[in-house]
Amino acid sequence: MSVNDSFTPKLSCRNLWKLYGPGVSGFLSDESRLPQNGGDGKLLAQSIREQGGIVASADVSFDLMPGEIFVIMGLSGSGKSTVVRCLSRLVEPTSGEILLDGLNLLQASPKELIDFRRYKMGMVFQSFGLLPHLNVFENIAFPLKLQGMPLQDRSARVERVIALVGLEGREDSYPSQLSGGQQQRVGIARSLAVEPEVWFLDEPFSALDPLIRRQMQDEFLRLQQELHKSIVFITHDFLEALRVADRMAIMKDGAVVQIGRPVDLILKPEDSYVREFTNDVPWELILTAGDIASDNAPPEGVREVSADTKVCDLLPYLSEHDSGVAVRTADHSLYHMTGKDVIAALASGMSTTTTAKS
Amino acid sequence: MNGNTKQSLYIWSVVVAFTAITVILGDSLGMLSKYPENLALSLTEPLNNGMRWFVVTFGWLFKAIAWVFDWPILFAKTVLHAVPWVAMLVLATYAAYRAKGYGLAVFCAMSILYMVTFGFWEQSLNSFSLVVVSIPLAVAIGFGIGTWGFMSERAYRAIMPTLDLMQTVPAFAYLLPILLLFGFGSTVGLVASVLFAFPPMVRNTIIGLRGVPQPIIESGIMSGATPSQLFWSVRVPTARRQLLLGINQTTMASLSMVVIASIIGGTNDIGWQVLSTIRKALFGESILAGIVIALMAMILDRMTSGFAMRSASLDLAEKKRRQRGWLICGGVVLMTALMAHLIPILSVWPKELIINPAPSMNAGLEWFFLEFRVVLDNIKQTAFFYLMLPIKIGLNQAISPFSWGFSMTPLVTTVYVVLVAVPVAFMVIKGRYLLAVWAALIGLLLYSGLQGVAWTALCMIIIVIGWQTGGRSLAAWIAAGLAFILLTGIWNPAVISLYLCGVAVLIAFVLGSAIGIWASENDKVSVLVRPVIDTLQTMPLFVILIPFVMIFKIGEFTALLSIVIFAIVPAIRYTEHGLRNLSKEVVEAATAIGSTRMQLLFQVKLPLAVPTIMLGLNQTIMFAISMLVITALVGTDDLGQQIYIGLGDGDFAVGMTAGIGMAIIAMIADRITQSISRKMQAKLGIRLEQGA
Repeated sequence: MSVNDSFTPKLSCRNLWKLYGPGVSGFLSDESRLPQNGGDGKLLAQSIREQGGIVASADVSFDLMPGEIFVIMGLSGSGKSTVVRCLSRLVEPTSGEILLDGLNLLQASPKELIDFRRYKMGMVFQSFGLLPHLNVFENIAFPLKLQGMPLQDRSARVERVIALVGLEGREDSYPSQLSGGQQQRVGIARSLAVEPEVWFLDEPFSALDPLIRRQMQDEFLRLQQELHKSIVFITHDFLEALRVADRMAIMKDGAVVQIGRPVDLILKPEDSYVREFTNDVPWELILTAGDIASDNAPPEGVREVSADTKVCDLLPYLSEHDSGVAVRTADHSLYHMTGKDVIAALASGMSTTTTAKS
Repeated sequence: MNGNTKQSLYIWSVVVAFTAITVILGDSLGMLSKYPENLALSLTEPLNNGMRWFVVTFGWLFKAIAWVFDWPILFAKTVLHAVPWVAMLVLATYAAYRAKGYGLAVFCAMSILYMVTFGFWEQSLNSFSLVVVSIPLAVAIGFGIGTWGFMSERAYRAIMPTLDLMQTVPAFAYLLPILLLFGFGSTVGLVASVLFAFPPMVRNTIIGLRGVPQPIIESGIMSGATPSQLFWSVRVPTARRQLLLGINQTTMASLSMVVIASIIGGTNDIGWQVLSTIRKALFGESILAGIVIALMAMILDRMTSGFAMRSASLDLAEKKRRQRGWLICGGVVLMTALMAHLIPILSVWPKELIINPAPSMNAGLEWFFLEFRVVLDNIKQTAFFYLMLPIKIGLNQAISPFSWGFSMTPLVTTVYVVLVAVPVAFMVIKGRYLLAVWAALIGLLLYSGLQGVAWTALCMIIIVIGWQTGGRSLAAWIAAGLAFILLTGIWNPAVISLYLCGVAVLIAFVLGSAIGIWASENDKVSVLVRPVIDTLQTMPLFVILIPFVMIFKIGEFTALLSIVIFAIVPAIRYTEHGLRNLSKEVVEAATAIGSTRMQLLFQVKLPLAVPTIMLGLNQTIMFAISMLVITALVGTDDLGQQIYIGLGDGDFAVGMTAGIGMAIIAMIADRITQSISRKMQAKLGIRLEQGA
């Protein structure tokens, strides 16, 4: 996955709260109870709920690094959609900070906000949000038209993104004439047309059939390899999160339960809620050779693989070679891994294995 | 039996007991039985004085407005009359083709030929020019107010009840203040038509703008739309279809009001043509002119709805093709216009060539009446004596040796009491107490008739119905409405309205839902019924009167028939719609369990369709009331007649109180049926949207 050398976050979400219900702003007026001032976020959310407020998002904080795919995963009602809508200010947060390149979005004037959306942000929606009266070309050109971009530049830009998402030849079609997958390609192309720096995808593939979904995920990853956007990706599908995420956050009841790389979540689930998700995960798809290899040095002459090789890719080889493979880690030391190690790791549910070697 | 039903049982028992007492004691109750006339406030003088003062003080303003409006009307008339009919034929036919294809184009061409060759061209154009001017005004006003109601929640809350009132106040009642303010002339028709036609546009604008899906709005915002870009480039185009449906409804309302407005006379338009010939009993002529109105209504409806339903999504080639089509059409129009200059018959149809089958039609009718007089009289008499009179004045007075062959002796009364008591007792034994109480109440009402029952009892019944269906606030609302009717001294005509409307709704609803059920089960019936009810619905109201007046002359029976035939439309439509649009899973599940077709219909489909059917009942009542007012033309003696009289005498107070009284009746019926439907929806866990 792409890693940008810059370590200042592209987008920061700090202590974000979104409450619904009458008199909600009063709930957060006591500054000392806020987590950033040493209060307990969970207790505060609990007491707000008891007073009849609805807590859609409770003290959510995370950083989005440049070029990173950050996935927010949660079941319906966990507040993940609220968070992404707060990031784009489609929903007005009750309190907190959203910093885009260090500028607080929540203090932006309506006009500045429109400019942010026009030039810096792109968003893809679960139900596509295409304008039914415009054809594919016009839908993709729509944000550019709103900017007031001249027709010629517009056409060039639109043709480029149309090629990017593989919709050549469908320019004159209307949304109602397209399949779900194609409609979402239009949605993706439209959000990319403005060449945004931050890209929000709100459950982009959830409305699609499983096969198409898989295909779109692959294409999404391919696009990202080309474009290196900073991405917030919302999903309720844990496997999808594992596939696309550089890092991910799991949300429950409006709060973040755990943030980390997918493998961290699997290997060190914070609590039983996170473990529930990891139970169904096909481990061999996630685990790398480095996660499993034993501490022993490998015998001479076995095949050598790098530590980030996915276990699933080694299974055919291991089944025919009892001698196993040599695993080379980042610091160039070699460890041994056999089929038995894999079986043991899968059998133990990975609870005892460490990841020190990776 | 739970607490709720127990409570209603007590309440209804009290109502029945009270009604029974009033029936038994009769007139000896005095004030409680007959509403004393001296208790009615005499509002006539002050209201009329107020109106007179208003007209004197502000009359100049309205005269000025009228003067301004005269110009566009005059302009439209001049332009329309200057165009030779053959050029208009080409233009309208091509527009019809674009809207809905060849079928409508042929229909449109034939209709225009009919108007020309039967000599109605000039009158048609006069009516049409009013419609043409009123539509853009009504659409603009409606769209503006609708947008306002969409933007501001407070405005919405003010607009909706106002629309309810505007759409329930009978069309006739609109004319009166407008007539007083603007004086005679085409402007009255225009103003009335705009006022009558803009509410549907408001509703559709609000529904359309509200209905734009959230993701589309969010994607618009995220595309960087400013608020005005969001409105004009995202919301309005997405709501396009609903807005065009609004234009369709506005067009129809405008036409129907233009036709009704000719009742004030002095205009040489097609509505006047119909009215004046009906009054002279020239039925052949009135039918021929009525057909013109019907044709106009159908063409305008199909055309506007055709444009609304047409997909906005066209590829470039198709767009180009259409543009070229319009250009060619324009060329042909010009050519025919030039040709018309050379061949006068294409411009003005000569009087000698007008086809006029009216005299022979009248002769034919004459023969028909002579031949079938006995049959027709029998039909009329039977309905009158055995259905209408008992409900109106009660069996107590309706039964006489002259009509029923015997008189209401104590013996007969006893027999009647037994006839009612037996089923009531049966229901009590079965444990259906509430049903028994209701049956007893109906028995009592049938005995004394709506006119005969004490006003206190009738008010009590209506308020309790409101209370039981819509809670205390509805009951209070109804009480206030009834108080208005009593205090303004229009109780008696209001009861007659209630009776006419009630009987008509009863027949229309029973017949209509039966047809609806049949149509839902049988595609052939559905295909047959659909165009008939579509046509009936687009028909301007008093065209519907013509055939019934012809056959049964004036009177309550004619009124009843016209109301039934018009009010049956929603009863059929909603029943069929409700039955055909049930959740597929439920029907499949019931079929899989092994229901027979009848079990499926009566035990699954009908119960689930009840909320929709109730909305149909609601619409049936609304349709009935709007027709009821028009039937004043054929001599009823209800509120509609009062409005008509007020209009004829220029008596503001009489016409207005009657108009508001009618609106109150309509709103009470509306709220009660709506709450019943809502209750049922809540019980079944479904939510129906009531269309605009």
